Amino acid sequence: MTRAAALVFAACALSLIALPWLIGSEFYVNMASQVLIYALLALSINMLLGYGGMVSLGHAAYLGIAGYACILATVWGYNQLAAAIFAIAASTAAAAFFGLLSLRAPGLGFIMITLALGQIVWGIAYRANNLTGGDNGIRHPARPMPFGLDISVAPRFYYFTLSVFAIALFCIWRFSRSPFGASLMGARDQPRRMRMLGHHVWLVRWLTFVMAGFWASVAGVLYVYYNLFLSPHAISLQQSAEILLMAILGGASTLTGPIVGAAVITLVKNVASTYVERWNTLLGVIFVVVIVFMPHGLVPGCQQLLRRVRDTFKNRPSGEATAETAP
Amino acid sequence: MQWQFWIIQTLNSVAFGGLLFLLSSGFSLIFGLMRIPNLAHGAFFMLGAYFGYTLLQLRLQFWPAAIVGGLGVGLVGAMFERFVLRRLAGNEQGQVLVTLGISFIIADVCLLVWTGDPMPLPAPQALRPPLRIAGYAFPTYRLVVLAIALVAALALYLLMERTRLGAMIRAGVDDMEMARAVGIPVSRLFTAVFLLGATLAGIGGVLGGPVLNAYPGLDTDMLPLALIVVILGGAGSLLGAFVGSFIVGFIYNFGIALMPDLAYFVLFLPMVLVLVFLPQGLFGRVQI
Repeated sequence: MTRAAALVFAACALSLIALPWLIGSEFYVNMASQVLIYALLALSINMLLGYGGMVSLGHAAYLGIAGYACILATVWGYNQLAAAIFAIAASTAAAAFFGLLSLRAPGLGFIMITLALGQIVWGIAYRANNLTGGDNGIRHPARPMPFGLDISVAPRFYYFTLSVFAIALFCIWRFSRSPFGASLMGARDQPRRMRMLGHHVWLVRWLTFVMAGFWASVAGVLYVYYNLFLSPHAISLQQSAEILLMAILGGASTLTGPIVGAAVITLVKNVASTYVERWNTLLGVIFVVVIVFMPHGLVPGCQQLLRRVRDTFKNRPSGEATAETAP
Repeated sequence: MQWQFWIIQTLNSVAFGGLLFLLSSGFSLIFGLMRIPNLAHGAFFMLGAYFGYTLLQLRLQFWPAAIVGGLGVGLVGAMFERFVLRRLAGNEQGQVLVTLGISFIIADVCLLVWTGDPMPLPAPQALRPPLRIAGYAFPTYRLVVLAIALVAALALYLLMERTRLGAMIRAGVDDMEMARAVGIPVSRLFTAVFLLGATLAGIGGVLGGPVLNAYPGLDTDMLPLALIVVILGGAGSLLGAFVGSFIVGFIYNFGIALMPDLAYFVLFLPMVLVLVFLPQGLFGRVQI
């Protein structure tokens, strides 16, 4: 990490910690918690998309399985910690199984299979009235008290989410820098060569799929703690598509991209829904515009722009000098 | 009574399978030729149902409404291919995501225009009384839907196997580069296949109207079924789409009738089996 990057990172971390003081209003602190939860989802899908080159359209399934498992286990009388661990374990196991199926087909088949699996999870949540309450959804009894701390008010919940998010971000950052991450990126760009070099491409992809499912499950439990409610709407195809769009919009090849994307989409969604009713159209339009005109996303786009501006400033004196000496 | 239940459910299953065939044959053709799953296909089906509703409101007869509605959807599909997908040629991942974006836009516009209430499409007057054979009553309309699907399957088969256009499409499915090299206008084929696929989905939507109604969410109900049909049957194969449609029609329909809570879960099983043992699908020509 260069010094400039470290400074930027420290500034971001400080402002995230100071956020509840900076913006006082409970509404916006809650929105910040939401952004963090979605950012975690976008980061987890980006492990597949950005580093692995695999487009998953069923990522909301893990949010759903973890969320429903967490609520049901709590309702059945387990304590909150046991329920959360059970939920994440169950959902990660589901990811392991779904990964086995999805990776049977490389490329575009992967999109179809993840989509079909995601819709099946949605369909079960929607139809299994006795278990999930069907379309009406079910409530989570109360937020937990981690280490005896009460996180029922907005700023405290924000800090709880932020600490989970920080741990996740660190792990995913380590993941992206590790030899394992490098072999995943190798498998994305040159699967044949990686195979020749003795890497088990399938295993690398599958493990990534499981890890992505794990972090999405963590986000699912946070989602339930935040809303204290879960219904099939939260795990629809639209949700999966929004998560994917966050990663693409921000820039799938970067670590910070999905976070930026999650912030932009969540804010646009909340702001737009107060002015226009047609969020879905807007979502579709953003989708099309981003993919047609900004395929690399905001973060790489801005970095490029910044580099170009910097280069212009740097080159201008020398450029003029050559212009003068040229004739 | 017991027999009546099984017979009626079987008939419903094959009729639903016929609708699924109209939906997924186009999906499979587009996938086979262009190598992209068109995620807007469910939206095309729903758009067909809504077009049919409006055309019927305008006092058009049912069958003309089905054809006009289908062609309307086909036109939407062809324009989408020509003006949006074409811009992304070569970027298949981008193309898939754009089809998803378009499906959201179509779904939301439908919600805006036709509101959130389910819209019933009445079946043609002549087909409403049930057909009585050997003491059992059969819903006539569903039998007719099945017959139409069978005729469509035969027509598609003849189109693919016996005409120049079909030969060009088959060549494109088998080896796109070679097809281009021998002078087949592949990009024009793309538009043609999109027109054909979207028209079939649109006609399926109108015909499905009296059975399913037109309602918001019809698109996301139908899309996964089309995906599963193609995963089961294999992409790019008409026979695969045909067999897959009836398998899924049976499983889904009996699943809903016998264990409504788990209808989706039951769908999951054949998909798992096929993926584990036959990743190309039953009759796949193209690796998905």
